[in-house]
Amino acid sequence: MPVSLANSKVVYDALKGAGVRLVSALPETWLVHLVRMADEDAEMILVRLAKEEEGVGISAGAHFGGVRSAMLMQNHGFLQSVNGIVGVSLLYKVPLLMLVTDRGGFGERDPWQTEGGKYTRPVLDALHIAHEDLTRPEQVAPGVDKAMALAQSSLSPVALLLGRDLMWEEVA
Amino acid sequence: MKRLACLASIYPELEDCAVVTIMGAVAAELYSLGHRANFFYLEHAMGLASSIGLGIALAQPHRKVVVIDGDGSVLMNLGGLTTLARSNPGNLVHIIFDNETLLSVGGGAPGGYRWFTTATATGTDLAGVAKAAGIERAQTVRELDEFKAAALAAIKHDRLTCIVAKVEAEMPTSFLMDVHMLENRFEFPRALQRPIGERIKGGA
Repeated sequence: MPVSLANSKVVYDALKGAGVRLVSALPETWLVHLVRMADEDAEMILVRLAKEEEGVGISAGAHFGGVRSAMLMQNHGFLQSVNGIVGVSLLYKVPLLMLVTDRGGFGERDPWQTEGGKYTRPVLDALHIAHEDLTRPEQVAPGVDKAMALAQSSLSPVALLLGRDLMWEEVA
Repeated sequence: MKRLACLASIYPELEDCAVVTIMGAVAAELYSLGHRANFFYLEHAMGLASSIGLGIALAQPHRKVVVIDGDGSVLMNLGGLTTLARSNPGNLVHIIFDNETLLSVGGGAPGGYRWFTTATATGTDLAGVAKAAGIERAQTVRELDEFKAAALAAIKHDRLTCIVAKVEAEMPTSFLMDVHMLENRFEFPRALQRPIGERIKGGA
């Protein structure tokens, strides 16, 4: 599978380095290795969601209980979570680290991914949620660290968009 | 059966628990019994009270978490029941007050007229849904004694439990809550991050 195992490991290690001990997730192709790494790690609590918005509540609960967490999802997972983000994270000022695999941009071959990708940044911007693209492995550890720092200090949601060049290895 | 009587019957046992309620009548009535810093009232995001409870339960496996939910909220996140079931936190008690009405968002009116009922009014059985979702200990209670016995047993024992309490669709005497949402939001984790058993004082 051309999902980058090496870069998935870089992302996973960065999450652990930022103190994340709970991950909630719904799979999509680019997340398969990351979710498996969380599942196989005895130090990590993996919550398999039925729908992404639940993850916003779970992360808030984990924060109240003193545990750092992250949500792993795709563009449509973010769009599905918006009510929870507004009604919990923003309304109650709760830190939330979202890792969103950024489908639907240049290079996308799946027609069904192309709309969700178009609206992710405008919706993040409409909610004033700070976000950054991660497209190269060397950006990942500092990017995750800085995103977590801002989430914790601003008591706000933040998003990292995991790009195609980071997560996908084109087969020659 | 009345919500307030149910809440009063378990109130003394909530002292060391993390308590998460939904908005509206449930929050106002629990507050009216005496606010405590270990009570968190989720004033929006219907459906997510149980998700917040799950996050706390996983973060603090030695803390008992009591989620006080409602039929309208649970119906907005039925998938959450499956997530609870598969996560199976033994330290979580999920109480669902089922008044068959979206009372607190305007579905009820003084005098008991219910113009916006939920699907539980037409046959949806939330304890049945919870059980079918994989929560083995799920039951419906209709009498106060039955509620009290079931809830206190669930708080005492370490098994994920769902109690659906059929209650009247009655407005609380007052919706007044003299604790700001953000004040509540910040005092709650402070209370949770104190050692269990250390006395948590009510109020600010």
